[in-house]
Amino acid sequence: MTEPQILEGLTEIFREIFDDDSLKLTMDTTADDIDQWDSFNHINILVAAETRFGVKFKTAEIEGLKNVGEFVHLIEKKTASGAAA
Amino acid sequence: MGHEMLTTEFAWLPERSDWSAVLKSIDASDAASWERLRELSNSRLDFLGINRVDRALTRLFATPPPELDTKPVRLALLSGSTADHLLPGLRVGGLRHGLHVTTFTGDYGLYLQELSDTNSPLYAFKPTAVLFSFDAQSLLGAPDAATPAIAASEKIEAAIERLRHLWKLALETGAGQVIQQTVLPLAPRLMGGNEHRLPGSQRALIDTLNARLREAADKSGVDVLALDAQIAEDGINAWHDPVLWHRAKQELSPKAAPAYGDLVARLLAAQQGRSAKCLVLDLDNTLWGGVIGDDGLEGIVLGQGSSLGEAFVAFQNYAKELSRRGIILAVCSKNDEVNAVAPFEKHPDMVLKRGDIACFVANWQDKPSNLRAIAKTLNIGINALVFADDNPFERSLVRRELPMVAVPELPEDPALYAKCIADAGYFEGLRVTSDDMERSAQYQGNIQRDLLRSSSTDLVSYLKSLGMTLEWRRFDRVGLQRVVQLINKTNQFNLTTQRYSQADVVSFMEDPGSLTLQLRLTDSFGDNGIIGIIIGRPANGDGREMLIDTWLMSCRVLGRQVEEATLNLVAAEASRLGAENLLGLYRPTAKNEMVREHYSKLGFTQVASDPDGATRWSRPLQSFTPIDTFIEIKEGQS
Repeated sequence: MTEPQILEGLTEIFREIFDDDSLKLTMDTTADDIDQWDSFNHINILVAAETRFGVKFKTAEIEGLKNVGEFVHLIEKKTASGAAA
Repeated sequence: MGHEMLTTEFAWLPERSDWSAVLKSIDASDAASWERLRELSNSRLDFLGINRVDRALTRLFATPPPELDTKPVRLALLSGSTADHLLPGLRVGGLRHGLHVTTFTGDYGLYLQELSDTNSPLYAFKPTAVLFSFDAQSLLGAPDAATPAIAASEKIEAAIERLRHLWKLALETGAGQVIQQTVLPLAPRLMGGNEHRLPGSQRALIDTLNARLREAADKSGVDVLALDAQIAEDGINAWHDPVLWHRAKQELSPKAAPAYGDLVARLLAAQQGRSAKCLVLDLDNTLWGGVIGDDGLEGIVLGQGSSLGEAFVAFQNYAKELSRRGIILAVCSKNDEVNAVAPFEKHPDMVLKRGDIACFVANWQDKPSNLRAIAKTLNIGINALVFADDNPFERSLVRRELPMVAVPELPEDPALYAKCIADAGYFEGLRVTSDDMERSAQYQGNIQRDLLRSSSTDLVSYLKSLGMTLEWRRFDRVGLQRVVQLINKTNQFNLTTQRYSQADVVSFMEDPGSLTLQLRLTDSFGDNGIIGIIIGRPANGDGREMLIDTWLMSCRVLGRQVEEATLNLVAAEASRLGAENLLGLYRPTAKNEMVREHYSKLGFTQVASDPDGATRWSRPLQSFTPIDTFIEIKEGQS
């Protein structure tokens, strides 16, 4: 899966979680940029992304994601290895 | 993925593509908006969707809607771990069951203080129901596999004592219902299959505790939320994610929160007597395979000899067991009654007998009208009905007309019917009363049917919404086998019951003066396949009169304007072949009573009746104007 596809999928998830159809994500977006992106919603984002992209995050992987870009790259890596397996 | 039928995926609810737009359009706090939200909550949504519905719900309905016919529920969830993410599912679960639920959850770990202090926020909340949710460790302490047998059973007894104390405190808050969640069996097994032989095993202790907890709860009047049983059904992964447990102390995954809320709401609704009371069953392809009116007693698929037949037997067994438990059974089928009853009285593999059915309705009326009549006859609320039908057209019509009737989205495979209905939890029961056990006996056989003959169902707008297309072709080699099959097996909607061999059909096909049509109906549910066959022949040498030698259709499409659309098509094609007059013929048999008035309804004039009971009809084509329908007619590409 390509970076833009993943970013688009994540944007849809964010829009649904934050109830904001105009929300735009970039690779640099961080939790500070979005009101209500708290630890509670962070988990919802993770769980929704797992379902949407058909991946499973490891305990170590979900620590220390600094911005959307890192999240996109994590998903990119996981979907690529999933396809190869 | 959908084939797993996990409870957490709500397989029994229909999908709804317009739900997001509908949600956005709901913006009032009146009873109608509440009903619309409730309909949305009865479609298949994931946890993000449920959270969105919850935001609308809490924004518009901080207080119950006017004239709500259930008692508002104030639910306190007291948990040993993180529980905030469960609250939207609880509120929307309530909505799905017609309940207005306000929730409270304390900081986790503080429940004992809150319960003991009459000045606590919990007391101020005035709960009507208290739900306890504890992980294993908070009840049994840290795992220690070396614990000897005596100390292990002391752990269990101490946990039970603690629960009893909490239950007592919960009742003292004034709550009318206390619910105890069973402990999730999360501890890994140390022994394996014979885990119970290691007394100190945390997993073995959990299993024992869950059994003891049930006994204690029964004695204390506490209801059990059986998550352990649910996990046995769905697998632990559907409910629990260890990553999230370590990260956020969420013992239940957010993905499972909607199902959690639904399980709790079932208990809350049952407490108010809102569980369904009656299972209404369709017949053809629901209780047996095939169409009794066409296939006959020997032709329907039921029982030994096929796996499909066994699957229908299993479903009947489930229905029979429900009736023994006190659920009323009814039948609502589009059939001639004499045909519909025959298997109940004569088929050796029928599990259900006529006497098991408290209200038996087989006619050609629309199903919403019949369901209203069934509820009236049984003297129960229409919202106490569950309607099981394999046909998506009927399900959708009933949901549209009677949103208060539960209509499970039955899977295509009858082997899964029982699980689908059981998973939906329509008949959630809290206690077994002697009334329940006797109910089916009371209803058996002695109910007089007083069916409404008029229909208040808004079929017109429903039909309009279906986007029906009638696709026609002349007979061709591709469809030949199917055409011959239908000609030789269709009994009910068949005007002449004229059987033809394949050679006969080929000769019509090759005769340019004959009218041959095979009709296929598609709608928003998909392709219904070949549903009609027409053969017209010149009645005399000059071809000015066209006799409709064969007109047969599938009963599944009856009452959907397909007859009218077909007449429009037949008239156009007959005119094209030079005919000026259409002749109709009805030849009565034991099975085609339903089409006796077919030509009369389509505006034909009766011109003769034969000594054998056949009637002959005529309709001139010069003055023919097509009948208005919601069906688009188009010629199929060969």
